[in-house]
Amino acid sequence: MRSVRNVTGRAVRTAGLLASAAALAFAGGVAGAGAAVADSPSPSASPSDGGDAAKGPTEAGTSFRTATPFALDQRATASASTGDYLYWVLPVDAGQQVTVKAKVTLPESARHGAATWQLDVYDGLRRRQACRYGVQTRAAAQDAATVELSCALRTVRGWAEQWSNDPLPGDYYVRLTAVGVPAEDLGQPVQAEVQASANDAGGAQAVDGKLSAPLVPGAGSPTPEPQPSASAEQQAADGAPDGGWSAGWWSDRWVWTAVGGVLAALAGIGGYRLTRGSGRPAHLPPGV
Amino acid sequence: MITRTITKRISRRRLAAGVCGLLAAMAVTLSPTPAAAGEPTPGTAPGAAPKVELTLDVSGSMRARDIDGQSRMAAAKQAFNEVLDAVPKDVQLGIRTLGATYPGNDRQVGCTDTKLLYPVGPLDRNEAKTAVATLVPTGWTPIGPALQAAAKDLKGGDGQRRIVLITDGEDTCQPLDPCQVARDIAAQGIHLTVDTLGLLPDAKTRSQLSCIAEATGGTYTSIQHTDQLRDRVHQLVDRTARRVTTPVATQGAAQCATAPELKPGLYSDREKFAEHRWYRVDVKPGQELRASVSIGADRAVNDDYGVLLRASTVHGREIVRGAEAGDGRTDVISTGLRYAKSEVDASDDATKDAAETVCLQVSNSFSAGPSVKTEPGLPVELAVDLVDGPHDASDVASFGLGRGWWLLGALLLAGFVGGVVWGWISRWRITVWRTN
Repeated sequence: MRSVRNVTGRAVRTAGLLASAAALAFAGGVAGAGAAVADSPSPSASPSDGGDAAKGPTEAGTSFRTATPFALDQRATASASTGDYLYWVLPVDAGQQVTVKAKVTLPESARHGAATWQLDVYDGLRRRQACRYGVQTRAAAQDAATVELSCALRTVRGWAEQWSNDPLPGDYYVRLTAVGVPAEDLGQPVQAEVQASANDAGGAQAVDGKLSAPLVPGAGSPTPEPQPSASAEQQAADGAPDGGWSAGWWSDRWVWTAVGGVLAALAGIGGYRLTRGSGRPAHLPPGV
Repeated sequence: MITRTITKRISRRRLAAGVCGLLAAMAVTLSPTPAAAGEPTPGTAPGAAPKVELTLDVSGSMRARDIDGQSRMAAAKQAFNEVLDAVPKDVQLGIRTLGATYPGNDRQVGCTDTKLLYPVGPLDRNEAKTAVATLVPTGWTPIGPALQAAAKDLKGGDGQRRIVLITDGEDTCQPLDPCQVARDIAAQGIHLTVDTLGLLPDAKTRSQLSCIAEATGGTYTSIQHTDQLRDRVHQLVDRTARRVTTPVATQGAAQCATAPELKPGLYSDREKFAEHRWYRVDVKPGQELRASVSIGADRAVNDDYGVLLRASTVHGREIVRGAEAGDGRTDVISTGLRYAKSEVDASDDATKDAAETVCLQVSNSFSAGPSVKTEPGLPVELAVDLVDGPHDASDVASFGLGRGWWLLGALLLAGFVGGVVWGWISRWRITVWRTN
């Protein structure tokens, strides 16, 4: 939600710079309405405003199938053994630029050498995703206490050609593992945590066209009935982003176009007044 | 304006929270407490109850007093007691021992010494605890036979299955390699994972246990303290209770013509080094095929590897492919593809709705040294999904809307010019009216 508000705010400021007060008020109205309606399809999870990231799941899965779901701006933690492959999954919607961060607290007991840790992100089709920047692989020295990794993903598009590898709305799997450890250090306890945040890419990245269903495994099959025994955390598993998948119609182009329309109208009135004059010629007596 | 939006949002959120709370309360009151008999919870197939078997080494070496000042056996017993208290209700749990009864030196007898201490089924905590209390460290460490027996114990049903193997030493019953045994068990396609825990393991135990874990997609943990043992076993039992989709075993063919036809779902198969397998999926016009494949590295493979998933027509024309390559330590390598079949313009309905058969080819470029066994093949997990086709882009922008300063300038200019012209026209009309 915060993202949409930002876009709106920016658009309002833009309008304020260039248009008259009337245009600003109108644009504000349009933008405000946009924000209010965009409330429901907004993809971003509700962050605990101003506070630390919300507490997420305390477990991790060990494969794509068992990946533990978490949401944006949540901190998912897990206790694990060195060498485990830890999987989480989070829903990402179109227009979001997601950054995934991971932190591993290494065992305190004496270790036998440096360990290399790696963070990989896969999309809902299990295709590995490129990181725009961020340290995806890092070697932790023998005496290091923690190792921190991050990956900034590309902007998620609403639609892409089937031959392209562009990120699409859907589930994103996060895999955290040690890719290089001395054999003696395998199986030692570690604490892992991951966190994902997103900012809105704005309408500049908007594309027309849309997937009929997000890239979520089993999207085509009828949804199984929720089990009464399933905990809240497991229900989040079937998880769409907070507020559901975006309908995909919101873009800041609405604001630009609306402001343009208002400006055109005002300019039209101005031009009309300029050429038409005040109406009646002054020398005519009234009533003629 | 913004304030109003925020207020609206807050009230909406409050409402949502209220509804959630209400639903949760209803769920709590409505969900029948699973009876002590461990009936599977409603909504799940009766055979889908997750099963876990704790397999504990009770060999002579467990006498060593080196875990938190107590013997390994005592530590294990203490951890078991605490774990048994917290087993989730719908998990069926069993306990198997190895080396618990035969103290002698006869290898033949010692290596068959594995006993089902508590059968897999609904858990009676007191009975299970009493059974554990009787254990005395005694004999050999027949890990391989114990794994085989444990896999048999867990037969039946199609839920998740897990063996938690706790040992302090390597297998003493060569030549049966427990690692190979584990791989064979996993290849039976019964969704079984083996998680191994080594109590103060030495180098050989460690490599054997991590090999067993790797072979079945499980995990390996080295245990130094009692509470660590308890937490880990507890975590593993809890994990078993989580519901996951279990794949259906299938067998791909060498050519597309003879390949099995797959409906949307999750499938498992095995594929040898440098082998490829074909599957077929029917895609109707207007549908989108989504397929992803993971190939597991369940043994010591060479450092560089890859996977290729191709969709092609029955005539062999490639439509789209997904490929991935990697290097270094990994559990799986995976890739996926999408294929949207466009609507067909045809007069008769038969041609219009005729499904196209798409051939899916899964190939891998794993390799391994000469000492590595190639049988059974590497585990393959194939997910197939059919959804409605995407709405293609008609324009780069959303709904053809505009954006940017040039747009504003153009609209401003157009509006102004329009106004000026309109003004002139009105002026001209007034003049005409006055002259008449």
